[in-house]
Amino acid sequence: MNWADHLIVLPVVLPLATSALIVFVDERRYRLKATISIASLLAMFVVAGALLRLAEAPRVYTIGDWPAPFGIVLVADRLAAALVLLAVVLALAASVFSLVRWQRAGPRWHALVQFQLMGLCGAFLTGDLFNLFVFFELMLAASYGLVLYGSGLGRVRAGLHYIVINLVASLFFLVGVSLIYGVAGTLNMADLALRLPALAGAERPLAQAGAAVLAVAFLVKAGMWPLGFWLPSTYAAASPPAAALLSILSKVGVYAVLRLWLLFFGDGEGGVILAWGGMATLAFAIAGVLATQDLGRLAGHSLLASSGALLAAIGLGSAAATGAALYYLVASTLGIAALFLLIELAQRARAPGADVLALTAEAFGLEGADEPEEDTGVAIPATMALLGLAFAACALLLAGLPPLPGFVGKFALLAALLAPAPVAAPVWTLLALLLLSGLASLVAMTRAGMSIFWASEERSAPRVNVLEMAPVVALLALCLALTVAADPVMRYMQEAAAALHAPHRYIDAALGRR
Amino acid sequence: MELIVSLGIGVLAGSGVWLLLRPRTFQVIIGLSLASYAVNLFIFFMGWVREGAAPIVVPGAPVDPARFADPLPQALVLTAIVIGFATTALLLVVLLAARGLTGTDHVDGQEQ
Repeated sequence: MNWADHLIVLPVVLPLATSALIVFVDERRYRLKATISIASLLAMFVVAGALLRLAEAPRVYTIGDWPAPFGIVLVADRLAAALVLLAVVLALAASVFSLVRWQRAGPRWHALVQFQLMGLCGAFLTGDLFNLFVFFELMLAASYGLVLYGSGLGRVRAGLHYIVINLVASLFFLVGVSLIYGVAGTLNMADLALRLPALAGAERPLAQAGAAVLAVAFLVKAGMWPLGFWLPSTYAAASPPAAALLSILSKVGVYAVLRLWLLFFGDGEGGVILAWGGMATLAFAIAGVLATQDLGRLAGHSLLASSGALLAAIGLGSAAATGAALYYLVASTLGIAALFLLIELAQRARAPGADVLALTAEAFGLEGADEPEEDTGVAIPATMALLGLAFAACALLLAGLPPLPGFVGKFALLAALLAPAPVAAPVWTLLALLLLSGLASLVAMTRAGMSIFWASEERSAPRVNVLEMAPVVALLALCLALTVAADPVMRYMQEAAAALHAPHRYIDAALGRR
Repeated sequence: MELIVSLGIGVLAGSGVWLLLRPRTFQVIIGLSLASYAVNLFIFFMGWVREGAAPIVVPGAPVDPARFADPLPQALVLTAIVIGFATTALLLVVLLAARGLTGTDHVDGQEQ
């Protein structure tokens, strides 16, 4: 095992070590905490970039050097590496955004972010079903903290529902895992992929039932209708940087379904349920986007729409459609994260929420830390114009209009779905729903934008710090880069999807049979 | 033996689901605990119901796997218990916070 192979375990170990370190730093020294955290995230960015290169072919890390399938393995393939990079980018954006105010709104913000990142990376990289459960729980435990971060009535109320629903989903996860273990006698994903198709007689339906119960747990995270009613209210209640980071959490559910379904059952069984479930989610999200007046809920429903489109595309899926869906996944997650951050900045103009924040900071005894300072920093000239421009970019992205990658993603998705000659009825339905959801997003975003930027009574420009605007601009610039570099990114995603649909290389690598 | 075990799991799971659907937060948390007991037993007995068999192999002696219990579900159930315990404790804290902030123990934070 040469040194480069150890890169695979770094996305789990580095955030864990960082968060353990930060917890011990005194809460008043928030500058030190922030410095350690951001430095670690920058290192993670480099690691994730290197992993992206390394994962051209699936790479395996055997934990404790126990051979698979007896030991636990981490497997880095293209999809996992890309999602690890996406998670790091979001964590970086949320952390930088929080530097100005939010890191002082409650205790242990940076430790929670690092812990969340660890859970996310572990869930993407693991090659073992029970290990996936453990990383899911780690990720969820951190997300409970992040949803409740900043406290307050709304967050506690939404957090209570969120925690109960996810605890029940975890029970489903355990039932599914143990059913599958009971019939197959292994928990290594690659080993399961070999054993499940070979099952015969009464054991096969039992394995299918196990997989279905497992899927319920994942689809709760992905927010598929009718399992996703908790999502918009939870995300609307969470503090903006937390919501931006959590916007990738729903994609973990989509990732787990995609990986395990294709490994266990090839393309065939159960796709219809994913396809129609995804479309129902999309329809629900369209209604939600149009009905809501609250910007946070609007972003939450947009998240549901992107989940629904992804699930439907995967369910109908050929490898080409899955590739396009993965491109859309990255683009829509970045866009929605930017929107969550932007909403707070834009709403500052309307309601001075700074008072509430100061109050909570006082409650935690953080006042008088290091040296007390007002949020000074460089105030941006023409703040409203910049905010308006960023909001317009988000609207274009969510509606799927050029030149932003929402358009490229949806176009490639529809092109892949319409390619086979006799186009089936579900594909036409999905096409109609995708276009309709674009229109609905455009209408809702235009309405919201007009009420914020044009129709406000007193035009007090919000005080926006450069450090708060930078992550939003950076996320949107990344989206623009996704359009400019659409060809290489799309090719990467297509190859990732092809590897998912023909997983023999993944299986051989994970079981150490080169 | 199988019948007793399955009846036990069924009764625990049924009571758990009933309590989960009740409107008071305390009922919900007890329901969650009962349901997780049911799930833990379920995992445990997925390694087959077997009486008087140890999961530990004696070194040196010839091994007949049929005479031993499967150690893996026992390890899994241990992990599941620990994680369930921690998350339930977290939920308990949030429950108390919600009780303090809303002044009611209804799960929606207000009476109908």
